[in-house]
Amino acid sequence: MLQCATLARTLTCCRSLHGHYSTLTSADVEHFQSLLGDNGALTQDLDFYNEDWLGMQKGESKLVLRPRSTEEVSDILKYCNARHLPIVPQGGNTGLVFGSTPIKDEVVLSLQRMNNITDFDSGIGAIQCQAGTVLQHIEDYAGNYDFSIPLDLGSKGSCTIGGNLSTHAGGLRIVRYGRLRGSVLGLKVVLADGTILDDMTTMRKDNTGYDIKQLFIGGEGTLGVITEASLLLPPAPKSINLVMFGCKTFTDVVNICNEAKKQLGEIIAACEYMDDTCMLSVVDNLNLPYPMEEHYPFYFIAQTFGMNPAHDQEKLEDFVEGVFAQGHCADGIIAASRDQVKKTFALRENIAVGLKPLGHNYQYDVSVPAQRMEELVEDIRARVQQWDNVEVASFGHIGDNDIHVHVIAPPGSDDVLSAIEPYIYERVTELGGSISSEHGIGSQKAAVLPINKKEPLLNTMKLLKGTLDPRGILNPNKILLAEQ
Amino acid sequence: MSGLRVLVGCKRVIDYAVKIRVRPDHLGVVTDGVKHSMNPFDENAVEEAVRMKQKKVAKEIIVASCGPTQSQETIRTALAMGADRGIHVELAKGEEDLQPLAVAKVFAKLVEKEKPDLVILGKQAIDDDSNQTTQLLAGLLDWPQGTMASVLEHSDGVLKITREIDGGLEDISVKLPAVVSADLRLNEPRYATLPNIMKAKKKKIEKMSVADIGVDVTPRLKVQNVVDPPVREAGDKVPDVSVLIEKMKEKGHLK
Repeated sequence: MLQCATLARTLTCCRSLHGHYSTLTSADVEHFQSLLGDNGALTQDLDFYNEDWLGMQKGESKLVLRPRSTEEVSDILKYCNARHLPIVPQGGNTGLVFGSTPIKDEVVLSLQRMNNITDFDSGIGAIQCQAGTVLQHIEDYAGNYDFSIPLDLGSKGSCTIGGNLSTHAGGLRIVRYGRLRGSVLGLKVVLADGTILDDMTTMRKDNTGYDIKQLFIGGEGTLGVITEASLLLPPAPKSINLVMFGCKTFTDVVNICNEAKKQLGEIIAACEYMDDTCMLSVVDNLNLPYPMEEHYPFYFIAQTFGMNPAHDQEKLEDFVEGVFAQGHCADGIIAASRDQVKKTFALRENIAVGLKPLGHNYQYDVSVPAQRMEELVEDIRARVQQWDNVEVASFGHIGDNDIHVHVIAPPGSDDVLSAIEPYIYERVTELGGSISSEHGIGSQKAAVLPINKKEPLLNTMKLLKGTLDPRGILNPNKILLAEQ
Repeated sequence: MSGLRVLVGCKRVIDYAVKIRVRPDHLGVVTDGVKHSMNPFDENAVEEAVRMKQKKVAKEIIVASCGPTQSQETIRTALAMGADRGIHVELAKGEEDLQPLAVAKVFAKLVEKEKPDLVILGKQAIDDDSNQTTQLLAGLLDWPQGTMASVLEHSDGVLKITREIDGGLEDISVKLPAVVSADLRLNEPRYATLPNIMKAKKKKIEKMSVADIGVDVTPRLKVQNVVDPPVREAGDKVPDVSVLIEKMKEKGHLK
């Protein structure tokens, strides 16, 4: 196994594996410029495409391609495959695992300009759109027809549906709508050699052979480039409610979460938690209003979606009374208006933005059994205890056992990083969990994937990669590290 | 005065964040199954009264609402924010179209009954945007009024009010008893926290009908037609000023 346990070493490692591709020539650039037009092949001001959202990693790409159609993507890949030029597919560039930016000087294949919604069946709620369509745009469009989106996450104003699909994004609504792949009716994907796989359909059920499109969902652009998608949208809720509780212990949070699922049942739409470090960061740094009088170590937030306000209100009041009577919370609020729902939920949605200015956020997204979550955070705290200027914040989708841990330290804290990695991955694996609930592997965790995913699973992944991308041009060193 | 008695009015309206749909008969908007909440300006009114109580300026807060059965929820929200008791004037069938003059008459009767030192209402309801009830009530009671208040200070039976007006801000002072209407910048309304929501369940809400009060609430205005505003057309981008002038002449905006 490669000794690439920390971020800094992963980067060097990955770059060192990059040696065997062709170098971009001016002839290549000219070819793309004539294929895509000037606005379609950029060679200047490439910082946005080269740098990741966290501001922690910067690539050296000299060329960003911005096709407008599946056919153009096909032409691009055909050429790159023949020329042996590596590419990095990119949507909104909001990924958190260094998966959507170049490691070295790979060509960036930006889907930004493929942002059209091409069809919408307002009877069943099936929408067809290009992969570069921003998620918020889909939500706004569908809202006109009383439909909503089956996933929701803090980055929805910037992330694209292609990125959501290729990373199999999780988000806030899994307790309600299930995981994203269940809402995908069809896809159009371009393979490494330019072959266009057209599996676009609006059929809800289709068991005709192997469901190939599922391979690309979560494939992080390493098996093919998703260019179009057909999704099933849920009807927009008429009644949206929110409750927040302040809790003294994490056990209280877990208990409330279990009660919420049981009592709120079919109207549950989010089960989230955060600690006070997170709460203080959004209240202080983003000036969001704090609804209670005192602060507590932990907070639980549940949101509900329903079609009948009176029915939902009754369910909510019964649930809240129960939680209060059983002593699971120290205080709490029920949002009395949509405005209060929005403002309170914003406390949870903006945590990543709130924590960002506190320092470099070494962030982890793991799944462990609910009763071991607190233990895990304490274990991590113990590992960084020796440094005064390091903080550990945690929050996440408690309803899915998905916890986000941010270790906040001054930039370039290699020693802190060594204390956490690979420890955290080994600990999570020990607890029977996943080292990446929803953020994916990218290049951040490619070196440690073997800790969590055993053979022959990994080998099967390599077989698939080798079959679909024999020359290894699609997003190299993401998910799987190239063999020496 | 050992603490004022404050009467606060609140109205149950369609939540301001909800998309409004015009009814097919064009005589109003769809309200069935639509999320309703306390009128935002009324939240400011309730909050101000609660703050006065916390500062020991007020000793009792009565919150009143005229509306259907569900208006009780709105009153409960006000009780959870800190009001002491509620009055629900429950509208019977045929009384649903309650207009500002009728509301003012009802409140005038409540004032007679409860004898408050101060009445605070929201400056306007977001469904009809009338901004009339406060003024009409003051007229009926022959009390001074301070509308669109963004600052309220009490000392010795005199209220100093800063009003938000078109030209900026206006400072006035009125002698109690008075009627005041709350504007958005008066305060930041608090959330109803769970212990207070529980306490509110035990607070009294007195129910009465319009007939009990003895007021004629027959509407004097009839809504003829409700339509969506015209769809905004896309604008036109022009390359330079001469083309702009040409186009303006074409469309008859310039001679």
